[in-house]
Amino acid sequence: MARVELDRLAHSYKDRPTGDGDFALRPTDHVWEDGVAYALLGPSGCGKTTLLNIMSGLLRPTTGKVIFDGRDVTDLPTEERNIAQVFQFPVVYDTMTVHDNLAFPLRNRRVAESTVRVRVGEVAEMLDLSSYLNRRAGALASDVRQKISLGRGLVRTDVSAILFDEPLTVIDPHLKNSLRRKLEEIHRERKLTLIYVTHDQTEALTFADKVVVMHEGEVVQVGTPQELFEYPAHTFVGYFVGSPGMNLQPCEVDGSYAVVDGHRIRVADHALEISGRNGDRWELGIRPEFLRLVFDRPTDGFEAEITQVEDLGSSRIATVKAGGRTLRARLSEEDDVRGGLVWLVFPPERSLLYRNSKLVPTSPAGDS
Amino acid sequence: MNKTQNNRAWFLVLPVFALVAFSAIVPLMTVVNYSVQDIFDIESRVFVGVEWYREILNDDGLRQALLRQFVFSFAVLLIEIPLGIAVALAMPQRGRWASLTLVVLALPLLIPWNVVGTIWQIFGRADIGLGGVIVTKLGIDYNYAANSFDAWATVLVMDVWHWTSLVALLCFSGLRAIPDAYYQAAHIDGASHIAVFRHIQLPKLKNVLLIAVLLRFMDSFMIYSEPFVLTGGGPGNSTTFLSQTLARLAVGQFDLGPAAAFSLIYFLIILLFCWLFYTTMMQLGRGPQK
Repeated sequence: MARVELDRLAHSYKDRPTGDGDFALRPTDHVWEDGVAYALLGPSGCGKTTLLNIMSGLLRPTTGKVIFDGRDVTDLPTEERNIAQVFQFPVVYDTMTVHDNLAFPLRNRRVAESTVRVRVGEVAEMLDLSSYLNRRAGALASDVRQKISLGRGLVRTDVSAILFDEPLTVIDPHLKNSLRRKLEEIHRERKLTLIYVTHDQTEALTFADKVVVMHEGEVVQVGTPQELFEYPAHTFVGYFVGSPGMNLQPCEVDGSYAVVDGHRIRVADHALEISGRNGDRWELGIRPEFLRLVFDRPTDGFEAEITQVEDLGSSRIATVKAGGRTLRARLSEEDDVRGGLVWLVFPPERSLLYRNSKLVPTSPAGDS
Repeated sequence: MNKTQNNRAWFLVLPVFALVAFSAIVPLMTVVNYSVQDIFDIESRVFVGVEWYREILNDDGLRQALLRQFVFSFAVLLIEIPLGIAVALAMPQRGRWASLTLVVLALPLLIPWNVVGTIWQIFGRADIGLGGVIVTKLGIDYNYAANSFDAWATVLVMDVWHWTSLVALLCFSGLRAIPDAYYQAAHIDGASHIAVFRHIQLPKLKNVLLIAVLLRFMDSFMIYSEPFVLTGGGPGNSTTFLSQTLARLAVGQFDLGPAAAFSLIYFLIILLFCWLFYTTMMQLGRGPQK
């Protein structure tokens, strides 16, 4: 097991990158702590796979260093990095039996055959593959094949980290849960450093101790699922995590108030001597879960009209229009509404202020 | 899934059946018709049963031609298949060089058979041909027109030159179809180049190799124009393969009955071997099924 450090790591697929836009991965500093399960979350094309392939050594970074436990491995080939990787599509050696598939990484490293048998037996047990050991791998269903590719990572005793590149994409939905639970179990037992790439936020939030959100080649936030929900450090995180995403409204700033269409809205306790410069772009962000709707005119309210109510099963989401703005709010159990006038109330501690897409630090969350 | 049983659905096959009947079955039947009769003219013909077959199977010249044919076809497969795989593996994977290599490889495939024969007839001459002169300069007594082995080897090398590209192109397409993840996984598993070839590339090439083997077997088993132009089947009968023997019988001597019987046997041999190759190769790599 190891701590993996990225030092000013950047990558471009072009030979001579000119602008920022040429970089699939912008300069990144990051530390993957030993034994933690991370989810790497982001939309397709944001650089997740690039980052993964650099860590496993399949790709050489344009600049920067990869450090395993203080040792610079940037120039080491994949074979010498003690890293395992599971790909989006299950990779198995079709002509071998499941047993030989699992034994393959060990045999390639000239591990004694008696040890191989013991290790393969253990891993097969762990992944419920024991009954398949003598079957030819090519003929099996995709969830079993994916377990085999995972098993080839687990069978080695020397792995520093296991990287998963959207491993459940091709798995049937009802098998996804059981496989994910298997992964969590293995993580608890073996205390492995896991890095799990996904663009599915539910997967990321349920699986990981810490979630790393990437956007356009940059890491925009690292935090627990709760931190991502309550204090998105970037408007992208607010929009991407949560369903529906955060309400983001362009606004102006006056002291510790955001001004939206002439309404002064008190925002979370920022260390506000907000020193904006001209040209700064300000946005007020509030999650639909925290935006309150009241049906009697309050003293200081923001008038809006409900245009639509969606039933999501466990909750209902109202779409409200105020002036030219559209916001979404979660309705509480007792609110039985279909439409009509409402007033929006922004709880100050939940109303966050963003300058140029970045969260203005608030005292409760420190400077996350 | 619920399948409706309705045997009238077979009528849907009728159009295809009609087409195949005209393109294959009817002509084949006329050959069958010739093979069981002795025809002198339109008025006088005699049913002879299996006599022509017996005659053909007991003909020494034909047996030798068949043996030569097998030796030649297997030599072709033994050289062209491994060589084609090797060429495909050595080819650049992408970019300008890959396109250029593809074009160069495809060139021999575009040349008509008899032109290939003519090219090699000149190329192999010991007095003025580039290839012949070089071999002679190396101190080897080479003359494809006089020495049986030289003639046979020249026909073989000519076929290798003409058709290895086909195998290489098929393998190249097969290799390109392997997702990168397989190679990446093999890297992570610490697999050697040989292991990658043995456990990833070769199994994934199985289907294209099957096509390559079948095509090369059928084609080489029916080879006609190239040796005909190059050596005319000589010296002696050393490069007279089956199709040339058949042509002599049918067109040269006008023995239509024996020629028809011979054609059918020829056809069955090709069919049998294609089936053998197909079944063995499909079984390969299956391993124990539970």
